[in-house]
Amino acid sequence: MSQKVLLTSKEIDIILHRLACQLVENHTDFKDSVLIGIQPRGVYLAERILKILQKEYKLKDLKWGQLDITFYRDDFRRSDKPLEANKTKIDFVVEDKRVIFIDDVLYTGRSTRAALTAIQSFGRPREIELMSLIDRRFSRHLPIQPDYSGRQVDAINEEKVKVNWKENEGEDVVYLISK
Amino acid sequence: MSELSVNHLLGIKYLKKEDVKLIFKTADHFKEVINRPIKKVPSLRDITIANLFFENSTRTRLSFELAEKRLSADVINFSAASSSVKKGETLIDTVNNILSMKVDMVVMRHPNPGAGIFLSKHVKASIINAGDGAHEHPTQALLDSYSIRERLGGVEGKKVVIVGDILHSRVALSNIFALKLQGAEVKVCGPKTLIPKHIESLGVKVETDLRKALEWCDVANMLRVQNERMEISYFPSTREYTQQFGLNKKMLDSLNKEIVIMHPGPINRGVEITSDVADSDNAIILDQVQNGVAVRMAVIYLLASKIKQ
Repeated sequence: MSQKVLLTSKEIDIILHRLACQLVENHTDFKDSVLIGIQPRGVYLAERILKILQKEYKLKDLKWGQLDITFYRDDFRRSDKPLEANKTKIDFVVEDKRVIFIDDVLYTGRSTRAALTAIQSFGRPREIELMSLIDRRFSRHLPIQPDYSGRQVDAINEEKVKVNWKENEGEDVVYLISK
Repeated sequence: MSELSVNHLLGIKYLKKEDVKLIFKTADHFKEVINRPIKKVPSLRDITIANLFFENSTRTRLSFELAEKRLSADVINFSAASSSVKKGETLIDTVNNILSMKVDMVVMRHPNPGAGIFLSKHVKASIINAGDGAHEHPTQALLDSYSIRERLGGVEGKKVVIVGDILHSRVALSNIFALKLQGAEVKVCGPKTLIPKHIESLGVKVETDLRKALEWCDVANMLRVQNERMEISYFPSTREYTQQFGLNKKMLDSLNKEIVIMHPGPINRGVEITSDVADSDNAIILDQVQNGVAVRMAVIYLLASKIKQ
C-alpha cells in the first residue's frame, strides 16, 4: 500500500477560501440558503466553510444541518459490511430553500443520489446545489456533477481518496491511497 | 459492533449486551426519523414481512406493522381466527405456505412458549418473537429498557421493580433478562401465588410489600393481571388485589422521591394502577408506545441487513 499527498494543508486552505467565495457570489446574504453537510465526512467540510463565511464574510444566522443517508442508500444488503447510521440534525424546514449539499469526495454519485431522496423528508427545496472538495470525475455511475469543486482528481477504482481533517485526524491533508 | 450476533430475535436470553446497545443506537436514529415531516425511509423496499398473530394483539401488532411500513417493507397480515389453522393445519405448514410466497421475515405471536424457537429451526426466514405464551416478549422488554434509558439516562445501576402477575407474564421474564443484561437491579413484587418458584435463580429479589418495593426503586413497571391465562383463582378478589398491589396517587405522593411509572398496556384502570397515576408526569406509558415503533424498526432493520441476497 502506498499513499501520495494530493493536497497539503496550505492548498486545502486556499481551496476552502475559494469555495466559500464562490458560495457568496451565488448566495450573497444566504437569506434563503441552507448548508447541509452529508454524514459522516461531509460535516467537517461544512463546518469549515461555515466558519469562513461567518468570520471573513461576517454572515450571521447561517442555517446549517447534517444529513445522514444510511437508510436511503441503494446498497443495503448488497455490501459486505453492515451500514452504520449517523446523526441527522436538521432543525428547520427546507421547503422553498436553496440547499447546498456539502461532501468531501464525490465518487460514484450514489451518496448524492441518496441525499437527494433523503432531503425530501424535510420538505421541497427550491433548488439543490452540490459542493465537494474532491471530484473523482471519471468514476461516476450516475449523471451527477458538482456545482462547486475543490480539486478534480483522476483516480482508478482500486485507489482511494482520503480526506483528513485537523479536528479529527490531526492535520488537513488529502491522500491518494493505492493498494 | 455494527451487526447483531443473532439471525432471529427469539428472546432476550439469546442476546448479548452489545446487541442491546446496537439496537438502542439504531433506534435513536429511527426515533429521529419518525418525528420528521415525512416519517418513512426506503431501506427495506425489497423485503417482505409476514405478521402472524396466533393470539390477539392490538398494540404490538399495530406497532410492528407501522415499523415495517416506516421502513418501506411489504407487509402481509395473518390472524389465526380467520385462517386454516382452525382447519387443522400445522404451524410449519402454515408458515411454509406463507414463505413460498417469497417472504423474508416472520413476526409471530403464539400462545405456546417456544413457538418461535421451534419455527426458527424448521423454516428459512428471519423470525421475530412478538410474544410466545408466558415465555418471552423481547421487543417489549427492549422498548421498556429504551424508555428507561431515555428518561433516566441509562439502565445500568438503576433499580427496577416489576409489580403484578409475574407468573403468567412474558413481559416480566423478558424484562428481567434485559435489565440484568444491562446491569440493573431487579425486584419482583406481587401476591406469592403469582410469583414463580425459584425466580431468585434469575438474580432477582422478591418483595411482597408494595410500599417497600416502591421506596426501594427508581422505576416501577406495573403489569396487568392476566385473567385470561388463569384457570384457577390466584387471589381472593380483584378488590383485594388492588388494595395490596394497586398503585394509587396517595401512595405515589407519600414516597419521599420521584419514581418512573411504566406499564406495557393494556391498562386495567383502577386495578393495578389508578387513572391519576397512569396520566401523571411520572408515567412514561405513552413514551413506551412511541419508542416501541422506533425500537421495532431498529430490530427489523438490523435483522434484515443480515438476510443476504
